[in-house]
Amino acid sequence: MIWNTYWSSIDAFFAMGGYGLYVWGSYAVTAAGLTIEIALLAARRRRTLRMLAQLHGQDHR
Amino acid sequence: MQSPAGRPDSPRTRFSWTYFASPATFYPLAGKMIPWFAAAAALLCAAGIYVGLLVAPTDATQGDSYRIIFIHVGAAWMSMFLYVVMAFWSAVGLAWNTRLASMMASALAPTGALFTFLALWTGALWGKPTWGTWWVWDARLTSELILLFLYIGFMALQAAIDDPRRADRAGAVLAIVGVINVPIIYFSVQWWNTLHQGSSISMTRAPSMATTMVVGMLLVALGFWMYSIAAVLSRARSIMLERERRTDWVTSEVKKQAAA
Repeated sequence: MIWNTYWSSIDAFFAMGGYGLYVWGSYAVTAAGLTIEIALLAARRRRTLRMLAQLHGQDHR
Repeated sequence: MQSPAGRPDSPRTRFSWTYFASPATFYPLAGKMIPWFAAAAALLCAAGIYVGLLVAPTDATQGDSYRIIFIHVGAAWMSMFLYVVMAFWSAVGLAWNTRLASMMASALAPTGALFTFLALWTGALWGKPTWGTWWVWDARLTSELILLFLYIGFMALQAAIDDPRRADRAGAVLAIVGVINVPIIYFSVQWWNTLHQGSSISMTRAPSMATTMVVGMLLVALGFWMYSIAAVLSRARSIMLERERRTDWVTSEVKKQAAA
């Protein structure tokens, strides 16, 4: 059944059979990479809209 | 009644195949699509990681280090796939001189580079416990590293050229020439003797892995795909606004944004 997890305890889950450093190092860097890209995309959109607001403000005054 | 492009809203233009080929009409469409792709990405990644880390059994030969596969394969697939899509839009932009195609190519590069880096990083962390080394100069790893350099070279080249249309054309030539590297990466494990294992999954034979392992891997790969679409559309929208800042449609978008 899909709801039955493979692990017997939470400690075993974090230890990953002794490969914790490698497994969690992979997942953490992947999560960080995607999070940073999302933050950069949001920042770029804000910067672009600010630039446009300035540009068009100048045009009309 | 006016269409978003500022042309008369006739059925001919509305249902035309090229209707969304202009930034003015594609910009709002992309904006509507992003939340759906982002939501699908979050759900698929969460489900895939749940299956991969919590449900799937351990591997008989590699132990739990094999669980890196759930992100490694999806990242590696996206790194190659996004490059092919980037080369495709580059070719369209070069052949028909369409602005939107070139903007899509530019928007794809950073996300492709990110997935290439992640494929290399997770590969190194998987190689250490299974091969005893973080890195070897073998065909699969070296050609994937070249892919990262191609993405970085594409972005650096475009950033170095001030005229956007010239930057588009220069980047397009690099992207199209570099696409030869993608089949080299894909078939490297068959063509050369390499430490890297062969493909885990194939269209022509039954998977060599447990069902839960395959399901987890495919869910995350699909999630990465949906994520890429959302990220690339978001970047493309900013590029469209920046490049077309002097046009009427951008002026009206800015007014709409200010009113909202």
